[in-house]
Amino acid sequence: MTTEHKLKAKDFATDQDVRWCPGCGDYSILKQVQSVMAELELNRDEVVVVSGIGCSSRFPYYMNTYGMHSIHGRAPAVVTGLKIANPDLHVWMVTGDGDGLSIGGNHLLHILRRNVDVNVLLFNNEIYGLTKGQYSPTSEQNKKTKSTPFGSLDYPINPLAFAMGASATFIARSMDRDVKHLKKMLHRSEAHKGTSMLEIYQNCNIFNDGAFFSFTEKSSKPETAIFLEQGEPLVFGVDHSKGIRLDGYKPQVVDLEKDGFSKEDLWIHDETDIYKAQMLVRFFDDPSNVEGTYFPRPFGVIYAVDRPCYEDQLHAQVAEAKAKSKMNGLDDLLRGTSTWEVE
Amino acid sequence: MSDSIQIKEEVTIKFAGDSGDGMQFMGNLFTENTALKGNDLATFPDYPAEIRAPIGTMAGVSGFQLHFGSKQIFTPGDQVDVLVAMNAAALKANLTRLKKTGTVIVNEDGFDGKNLRLAKYEKGVNPIEDDTLNDYEVFKIQLTKLTRECLKESPLSMKEKDRCKNMFVLGFLLWRYTRNLDSILTFIKNKFAQKPEILAANIATLKAGYHYGETTETFTTTYEVKKATLPPGTYRNIMGNHALALGLITAGQKSGRPVFYGSYPITPASDILHHLSRHKDFNVKTFQAEDEIAAATATIGAAYGGDLAITGTSGPGLALKGEAIGLAMMLEIPMVILNIQRGGPSTGLPTKTEQADLLMAMYGRNGECPMPIISASTPTDAFEVAFEACRIAMEHMTPVLLLSDGYIANGAAPWMIPKADEIEPIEVKFAEPREEDDPAFLPYERNEKLVRQWALPGTKGLAHRIGGLEKEANTGNVSYDPANHEYMIKIRAAKVDKIAESIPAQKLEMGEENGDLLILGWGSTYGVIQSVVSEMMSEGVSVAHAHIRYIHPFPKNLDNIVKGFKRVVIPEINNGQLVKLIREKYLIEAIPYNKIQGVPISHSELKNFVKQVMEVKV
Repeated sequence: MTTEHKLKAKDFATDQDVRWCPGCGDYSILKQVQSVMAELELNRDEVVVVSGIGCSSRFPYYMNTYGMHSIHGRAPAVVTGLKIANPDLHVWMVTGDGDGLSIGGNHLLHILRRNVDVNVLLFNNEIYGLTKGQYSPTSEQNKKTKSTPFGSLDYPINPLAFAMGASATFIARSMDRDVKHLKKMLHRSEAHKGTSMLEIYQNCNIFNDGAFFSFTEKSSKPETAIFLEQGEPLVFGVDHSKGIRLDGYKPQVVDLEKDGFSKEDLWIHDETDIYKAQMLVRFFDDPSNVEGTYFPRPFGVIYAVDRPCYEDQLHAQVAEAKAKSKMNGLDDLLRGTSTWEVE
Repeated sequence: MSDSIQIKEEVTIKFAGDSGDGMQFMGNLFTENTALKGNDLATFPDYPAEIRAPIGTMAGVSGFQLHFGSKQIFTPGDQVDVLVAMNAAALKANLTRLKKTGTVIVNEDGFDGKNLRLAKYEKGVNPIEDDTLNDYEVFKIQLTKLTRECLKESPLSMKEKDRCKNMFVLGFLLWRYTRNLDSILTFIKNKFAQKPEILAANIATLKAGYHYGETTETFTTTYEVKKATLPPGTYRNIMGNHALALGLITAGQKSGRPVFYGSYPITPASDILHHLSRHKDFNVKTFQAEDEIAAATATIGAAYGGDLAITGTSGPGLALKGEAIGLAMMLEIPMVILNIQRGGPSTGLPTKTEQADLLMAMYGRNGECPMPIISASTPTDAFEVAFEACRIAMEHMTPVLLLSDGYIANGAAPWMIPKADEIEPIEVKFAEPREEDDPAFLPYERNEKLVRQWALPGTKGLAHRIGGLEKEANTGNVSYDPANHEYMIKIRAAKVDKIAESIPAQKLEMGEENGDLLILGWGSTYGVIQSVVSEMMSEGVSVAHAHIRYIHPFPKNLDNIVKGFKRVVIPEINNGQLVKLIREKYLIEAIPYNKIQGVPISHSELKNFVKQVMEVKV
């Protein structure tokens, strides 16, 4: 730590007016990020917040750190170059469902497989807000928006299944309305060495109000959301009356009070188990649209493993090449192997 | 043994064969040997876009032209003295380029029924049997048969053996031009060090070709081209993309910044990535991105982080990078964008040369987005231009566009190797750390050159935000103020214009200021303009040559130069682009000369045109 006095959350805020719509979920995320950075005692001079384009991508302007508001979809590439230049920086990348999964889907895929040490915050509001209300790649099918008056046709992307497919090393989900959980996930993201993919359900109260209410509101949340804890059984429901067990390879929702199973019979969460993680990211039912049983939506760290980071490996290659070099300075390089003299 | 050695002042050889016949490899080896002999030279590789185009067809012909001499060599030559044709298609495609009384060396085994049919010769016609080649000196060598014979003990497969036939021809040519085999042997020993059987076969065939010349009585004359009189110094042979890569590394070393190169493979720029990726020991980090846009934006990230950041591509890739380049210009961070031009539009002619991206370089971005443009004119010039692009980028905090093209990239020339300590350092000064009591850091405050400071993340007390939205002067905060927007547009343009104050004055390559005719060029037309102007000057014509390296901004005295001549001709391998800029800027009636055939302008074409222009009274 190099800062003289302990920074507070407000020390991470800039003097610029925040221009999101009143009531936007982004305010909560901004506040939690600022407060987590203070809790982590991060040095503002070593933090860089980089974004693409979209409502969420205005984020860097409100963070009293280094920051870059780049171009649409390309933030993963910008931060890759930045971390290659200076691996010591704490880099946070802010993107949305359109920025990260539509125009920038390609780059998100590649940063995840390269495992650059960056915290990716994907604000998912299932709508295009900045362009005033077109459907996004995470919108449900048949969504009626300005650009789809007869309903959208595209099947939605499952962002965390996408991350799994890209061999991400850290995959987690949280929501704007659960402040405590969100902060916990931000702490975990920063602690992870590698690309941390944190999807945050964020309410757009103007163009897609209530998109996640079934997961975020107290009345429905216990039945629709499941909060994962490492080493703990998968339980949910009012008073944790329900659980998920594995019947062979098949996950199954059980009622702990009626079905004759106890907590000992349940699936124990192991965030290092790639096969279990593959199943968890596929828990993608829309409770409001499913008849009969459905799987609750998982929140928490679904998957977290260690794998070397791209930028560290690249710097190691450079160091090794320098150590093994047979070149004695620039003149050697310029001369090459075959020369002749002209008198 | 040969009876006599004949001295020649210059020779042009064209190697032509199937794209799998190893023509580029053989051409490069013979060129390297020629350079070591001390000749001046220029090369022109010309190959199809397909890696293995249909065997035996005209579409599959790959060529490599080498012009070397004891006099100064400007171009790879219009007509060739010697044509090596590995099959019927290669002969058919190139015979019109052979000088009357020239020499043809043909692989007789490449003229069987199948090859003749694939080359679309009429049934029963065989150009090496009828009188097609009557005007030429013809050597028919049964290359396939002789190569197989030479390798009959080798464990290689028949296909692998046949691939050695280029070494037989190479051996034969080395004998014919009184060379020794040493440099070639060293090279192939290195190249095939891990493949002893292939190495042995290549050496055996190379020597067999050499001895074939020596012992076969058909060949009575050998030739020698004496050393060229070049300025004193140490030389090496170098290709354009290689020289460019060395220029970038040198700029890294001379500025003390690590080099970052972000690129997506594309012809004809990929070799720069290959060269740089081998030289990590010189603090070079290469990043093969997922696409052109990622290459450009990762380069922006690296520049922001403090590296000497470069991205490289060819035309289609530059189109994709447009938005990112706009961001770099808006951020005002140093970055170099290489565009190794090729035939366009769209995918166009990937392996052919063209200069048609100049106006895209000037104008191809949204909004008012001027940036410096600098161009390489020869393979060796690419070294200096690459260094210069890096210098301008870092000293003026701006993206810089460097234009080269396929002809420069793959062409070779002797290069007088510069001494590292004689190259001026590039001074890089970052914004200084600040304490809490210091006045607030203004990221868009400018110095007398209108240049802002390079402020690296990680520096104490400089935390600030940059982005693609219009920014308020000095503070860099987002601003939608109308007057501020206009001010910022003008000041960014003025910053680029000011670079004209720190670049060298435009010089004349040949000829006197004021005269009847100026040939004004840029990029790879350098050689052919030199060759035409030197010839016409010797014929007493009042002609001069100026070649523009700094295309934007132009050198300040270019105005006086172009207005000092009665006629200004601008030859370009495009439909007239520099000519538009010159007419617009200086209001003169510059005359375009355009050839857009994917190949360089030839000496005779340009000279004929210029002669016609001179006949018109002005």
